[in-house]
Amino acid sequence: MADFRLHSGGLIDRDRKISFTFDGRSYQGYHGDTLASALLANGVRLVGRSFKYHRPRGIYGLGGEEPNALVRLRQGARAEPNIRATQIELYEGLVARSQNNWPSLRWDAASALGLVSRFLPAGFYYKTFMWPRRLWPHYENFIRRMAGMGRSPEAPDPDHYEKCHGHCDVLVIGGGPAGLAAALTAAEGGAQVWLADEGAQLGGGCLNDGDASAARDTIAALESLDNVTLLRRTSVFGKYDDHLYGLVERTGDHLASPDLGMPRQRLWHLRAGRAVLASGAIERPLVFANNDRPGVMLTSAALGYLRTYAVRPGSRAVINTNNDSAYGAAAILAAGGIEVAAIVDHRHMKERREIPGAEILHNHAIIDTRGKKGLTGVTVAQLDINGDAVPGSERQLACDLLCLSGGFTPSVHLYSQAGGKLAFREDIQSLVPKSEVPGMTVVGAANGDFGESEFIAGGAAMDRPVSLRKFRRKQFIDLQNDVTAADVELAAREGYRSVEHVKRYTTLGMGTDQGKTSNLNGIAVLSDALDRPPAEVGVTTYRPPYTPVTIGALAGRDVGPFLAPDRRTPMQECHEKAGAAFVPAGLWQRPHYYPRPGETMTEAVNREVLAVRRNVGIVDVSTLGRIDLHGPDVAEFLNRVYINGFKALAVGMCRYGVMLRDDGMIFDDGTVARMAETHFIMTTTTANAGPVMAHLEFYLQVVWPELRVHMTSITDQWAVAAVAGPRSRDLLDSLDSDIAFANQAMPFMAWRGGAIGGIPAQVFRISFSGELAYEIAVPADYGPAMWEMLLAAGQEFDVNPYGTEALTTLRTEKGHFVMGPEADGRATADDMGLGAMLSSRKEFVGRRSLRLPGLAGGDRLHLVGLMPVDGRSQIPPGAILLDKEMAGRAPDKAGHVTTSVFSPSLDKPIALAMARNGRQRLGAQLWAHSPLDNRIVEVVITDPVFVDPMGERLRA
Amino acid sequence: MLLIDCPHCGPRAQTEFSYGGAANVARPPAPEETDDAAWIEYLYLRDNAKGQHDELWQHIFGCRRWLQLRRDVISHEIISCSELRRPLAEDGP
Repeated sequence: MADFRLHSGGLIDRDRKISFTFDGRSYQGYHGDTLASALLANGVRLVGRSFKYHRPRGIYGLGGEEPNALVRLRQGARAEPNIRATQIELYEGLVARSQNNWPSLRWDAASALGLVSRFLPAGFYYKTFMWPRRLWPHYENFIRRMAGMGRSPEAPDPDHYEKCHGHCDVLVIGGGPAGLAAALTAAEGGAQVWLADEGAQLGGGCLNDGDASAARDTIAALESLDNVTLLRRTSVFGKYDDHLYGLVERTGDHLASPDLGMPRQRLWHLRAGRAVLASGAIERPLVFANNDRPGVMLTSAALGYLRTYAVRPGSRAVINTNNDSAYGAAAILAAGGIEVAAIVDHRHMKERREIPGAEILHNHAIIDTRGKKGLTGVTVAQLDINGDAVPGSERQLACDLLCLSGGFTPSVHLYSQAGGKLAFREDIQSLVPKSEVPGMTVVGAANGDFGESEFIAGGAAMDRPVSLRKFRRKQFIDLQNDVTAADVELAAREGYRSVEHVKRYTTLGMGTDQGKTSNLNGIAVLSDALDRPPAEVGVTTYRPPYTPVTIGALAGRDVGPFLAPDRRTPMQECHEKAGAAFVPAGLWQRPHYYPRPGETMTEAVNREVLAVRRNVGIVDVSTLGRIDLHGPDVAEFLNRVYINGFKALAVGMCRYGVMLRDDGMIFDDGTVARMAETHFIMTTTTANAGPVMAHLEFYLQVVWPELRVHMTSITDQWAVAAVAGPRSRDLLDSLDSDIAFANQAMPFMAWRGGAIGGIPAQVFRISFSGELAYEIAVPADYGPAMWEMLLAAGQEFDVNPYGTEALTTLRTEKGHFVMGPEADGRATADDMGLGAMLSSRKEFVGRRSLRLPGLAGGDRLHLVGLMPVDGRSQIPPGAILLDKEMAGRAPDKAGHVTTSVFSPSLDKPIALAMARNGRQRLGAQLWAHSPLDNRIVEVVITDPVFVDPMGERLRA
Repeated sequence: MLLIDCPHCGPRAQTEFSYGGAANVARPPAPEETDDAAWIEYLYLRDNAKGQHDELWQHIFGCRRWLQLRRDVISHEIISCSELRRPLAEDGP
């Protein structure tokens, strides 16, 4: 195989040879190569198959603009699809595979059989395959298989990624001549400067087509300054509100695997005082038939391979141009040993430039190309006055490299993301920044100022035609998504006018390259088709990211167990040691039940419930929100946020309270204990601890700032266990304590402070289970000691620790609603049967809404109990309640099942439900129908309180 | 992501704050004397005008103060951020 490497020059290190494989074959390159340059040096030109048509494709660009050369890099868990070969730095042992072909890259079945092309016109998703509709799933399956990109890895990524926050005065985006100069000026003025560039080497375009020595001096000067941070291999991919920039630094991508302790990539959230956008310009291709064969590439890319990597991308070149830059390029290519056969210039020029050995064809265009797996020649023709080919003027030229030079498109993505407006400049046929956006200055080629580079400067004297009207077949505009000029014209003929709609209909510019080489040509074709100037056609909105960012970098370390913080109660280890099964409750992991050896979940839960009903159980309730309130106005404040009164609550007593939102719906419930005249402790539900705090702060700060109340969340400072069951008092009495637990000394809803077994404690006689119960709160660090003490002392009373499942069964048996299933944000206190609690003597949040139509009247859903008529059938949770009288029509929904359990106390299934006018329908029989498992159970409406309706047990 | 200049804590990222609705809607000072229409207006109806909005934000991962923000919903520019003009409502019940 021919060697295309030059013997000298370039930025590669010839002393460091590197072996790599592509599609299973071994090759050699040098340190400093990209996969693309190394493949070209080895004469590999065919590197992939195209997205829709499976056409052979080669290396087309030099960097992030590459539409064709997408490969699957690495193997196994580190495999990554759709990576641009032009941006993969070569390392020893690199393994890459081509994509989108079967059975092989050189012989692709879909392409050979022409399976796809005629089925996939513009908008194919919207028409061809939509009929007949029942076959769409098959079509879709077929399309997904044929028109796809690379495969994702199957195993979790073994590398880690990290996120950092940064701040600087000036962020310079792009390390070309303009960016380097801007960075040095800003740094010398004393600013903290960050400069980010996508490449491993700073210098930008002057590495490829100009004199890099000046850039090297500037880089050295910047490196010597303390106030400058240079980020290489770093893409600035997004500009967000208030000068926030998203950067991804590829710290380990150039290595086989990241160095020990180093992340694979690092995501920066950077706040910059201001930014200098020096992102340069990307060369535009010209459009003609079969302009996609391997061997066709951007002229700037060809120069880059020659100058940076010392690789000849071909032996005999034809350059197709519409501007002056091609002539300088031709001289550079010729000096690098590439025979320049011809320059095909669309323009009619009076003044002719000579390139030794090259034929200069003015007023000519390329109208077709030849070559199966690689370019072998082109057809040129003379242009007539309308820009069409003159019949009979066609000529064949042999070449293996076709360089396209259609002018330069400023990379204005980040400027546009910042809200900047674009103006069309006729002389460079491009969109350029119209005016400054706050905090961002656009400089150099990105601003349409091509003066910095001799090569790119030639891009300013150009002529209009980018494509030929009469030869629209397989004239590709977007090579990555296989969108042709004919597709864009078809969209226009079908009535699409807006460039945004044409984009979505044809998928133009929607690939991973985001149309870096295709957008402007698409606009030009659309402008011709619509007969409107390009400035009027406009451009689609630029959105982040500028270049693909891996999900790994965005996720950072927040994966697996670190996805969310893990909240652990002080007794968590006790529960783990006891072999509890856990269930997530928000960020908490709460014990679900405590299975004994050989027990099923049902058996364990039934045992725990019966232990509480017959003896005693203990449950960890440290997850409930706890808010400490101090101040002379706390009682008044509580009076205003709860539906019931709190002013008369005596010190030493607790009260249950229900909070509403101002729209009258139940917001939360809990108990409040009066610790002292001006000191209260409030509990909230586990899930609502944060929202209740914010709610109370809102009313204190915004609505009633005159109230003197200070609040602190103390959830994390306390460990709390509930001791529940008829023998709970016996258990507590058996402990060494200065607290009197007897009914007279500590009645229902009282609280007492003291010490239990030497541990300082607050004991609240409140009950959720309906049994005689005490909640014991101790400082968090004493939690495990308190828990173990209760278990040890409880042995003689057959104490059972119980989990949330038993808790649910116990509260369901008692008809207690909870936030979520019953109080779902649409329920009032009266709906829950708590109408009597609503104070009529005071104002409170939400009270006014209770008089609104719809809340005050009848026909509301009430909390009720349900029992199966047969006494055996489990009532499907979430089932819809239906009236039995159907009267020949679809029955009305009479409510829904909210909680369904098996009650060990009653030895039968029970449920809670929200039923329309349910309290007036006790005894009515309904169907409970679950469409999910298509079960229907006959149920009867009961009072929601199944156990101890008089509440004698908890007052015992 | 917005940068909110908290009057107590200084400029902080939006992720430290929580949005809390319109700041130019005062809770009627005497709800029981407010008619249904005015109460419903307070509860549910908000203008969504193009341009500058007065918003409530709470600095939940900071000083936990409810703040008043003037913000352009087109450009996302924050014109001002201050302690509440108190009281938003004239008097408590």
